[in-house]
Amino acid sequence: MSKIGIAEVERVATLARIGLSPEEAAEMAAQIGQIVGFVEQLQSVDVADVAPTDQVNGLVDVMRVDEVRPGLSRDAALANAPAQKDGYFMVKRVLNG
Amino acid sequence: MAETIDLKRPIAELAAEVQAGKVSAVELVQASLDRIEATKDYHALLEVNPAALERARQVDARVAAGEKLPLAGVPFAAKDNYLTLDMHTTAASKILKPFRAPYQGPAIERLLAAGAVLVAKANLDAFAHGSSTENSDFGATKNPVDAARVPGGSSGGSAAAVALGQVAFALGTDTGGSIRLPASYCGVVGLKPTYGLVPRTGVVAMGSSTDVLGPLTNRAADAAVVLDVMAGRDASDATSIERDAQGYAPEPAKEHDLRGLKIGLIKEYLGDGLTPTVRARLDETVQQLEARGAIVEPISLPAAQLALAAYYILVPAEVSSNLARYDGVRFGYSSAAAKTLEETYRLSRQEGFGAEAKRRIIIGTYVLSSGYYDAYYKRAQKVRTKLIEEFKAAFAQYDLLLGPTAPTPAFPLGAKAHDPLAMYLNDVCTVAVNLVGAPAISLPLGRDGGLPIGLQLIAPQRAERQLFAAAAATEAVIGDWESR
Repeated sequence: MSKIGIAEVERVATLARIGLSPEEAAEMAAQIGQIVGFVEQLQSVDVADVAPTDQVNGLVDVMRVDEVRPGLSRDAALANAPAQKDGYFMVKRVLNG
Repeated sequence: MAETIDLKRPIAELAAEVQAGKVSAVELVQASLDRIEATKDYHALLEVNPAALERARQVDARVAAGEKLPLAGVPFAAKDNYLTLDMHTTAASKILKPFRAPYQGPAIERLLAAGAVLVAKANLDAFAHGSSTENSDFGATKNPVDAARVPGGSSGGSAAAVALGQVAFALGTDTGGSIRLPASYCGVVGLKPTYGLVPRTGVVAMGSSTDVLGPLTNRAADAAVVLDVMAGRDASDATSIERDAQGYAPEPAKEHDLRGLKIGLIKEYLGDGLTPTVRARLDETVQQLEARGAIVEPISLPAAQLALAAYYILVPAEVSSNLARYDGVRFGYSSAAAKTLEETYRLSRQEGFGAEAKRRIIIGTYVLSSGYYDAYYKRAQKVRTKLIEEFKAAFAQYDLLLGPTAPTPAFPLGAKAHDPLAMYLNDVCTVAVNLVGAPAISLPLGRDGGLPIGLQLIAPQRAERQLFAAAAATEAVIGDWESR
């Protein structure tokens, strides 16, 4: 069905917030085209009246008690942060001015 | 005396000797550290625990204080996608290179509470994406039987560490075969439990609807001993299930009576790619099982041939979602070149992820994206349903299913490194089990050209006790696999 072009790879990479060099995008278009070609075999399977499965071990609506429980301390949660300030994760400025 | 301790002995015996004071946890752990040093060229491990001997002393103190510990002093390694408070956790990706886990999950906590000593973190394909361990950002692991070949993957470091006798057992994760395949390639036992039996909390997520945690060991009874400690529901993982009320510890040794046991031999796994030797060893084993009273019949599971295609839609979709958390903001690698928040995301992920993670994120995002979701993702979920129904029908007729773990022995390092699709095809006999959530165990079956090959037994969900009983009987009929 679909051959994956470089523009399509770049469009999807933007959705996934991954930068790709032109060389990476070209190589990936070829490889992903091959993989998508392989999974195309599912298109010929008759799945009319078959329900999709996303959970396999039979659990349904597992609930927990709605109560406050101890979690990670702020220091522990921030310990691996690339940048932090005043007890918060720090990011690049997102507003001008 | 430490250098004479053989960590390939049964785990229950090692622990019992520590419990009885015949040997100390410190001596077992020192033996492990010595063996690791002597065999480090295989690169099975990414980090050795600098606190290992201290942890062993703590276990010795607990034993001296009268605690009964089922894994007293038993040295083990965890695949480096298990979060651990000792050592780093990298998932073999440089995007996590500086990461130190702030917590560890129930699997690790339960093993430590039982007296096991974590001595090292094992190598893997980055984020468990792969079947050769060549996709580690920190270098490939070599197969212990032939250093020019891959150990399989993604839990290749764990399998190699057990095969080399570095540890008494190692933890792996199995999303599409990542415990069983390296077990087969390295000549050890690999257990993939029922989906949810071991809580996934505290493991770097790959494909959340198929990821399971399990041990690689030297024999099925060791896998049962370890599972008995790891298994059971934990509130931190809503998909986890209760353990069997009788537990999983092996029954005392007895004659393996297989009379009446019905086993289905999966025809779809005996196709063209199978080597003649794998086929011959498998046929011999079937005859031996029949001689002990088992009834073995061929069974067809047509959807098993579609499992790999469904898997390579569903799992990349889940991977793309799970890897969205690597944003360069909260933990992990962050690009110094980024000037905006958008660039922090884009560049950190471009520079931090390896090629395979990027490939899976792109495929996953593609199959989930608007206009393609029904054609790919939803259709794959429906094929998954068909597969589940076929397995259900098979288990209405048979107690267990049987097949090769892989069609071939280990391939040479580099042979498939530049062909992602060829690499994916290694999992052709293993992925169906993950999609249906059933437990399976890979056992050493013999050798093909000197290299280990494996057989897998598959049971219905939650039937690990029957699986272990049949595995022990199968080990008994196979005997010394190394000379087969």
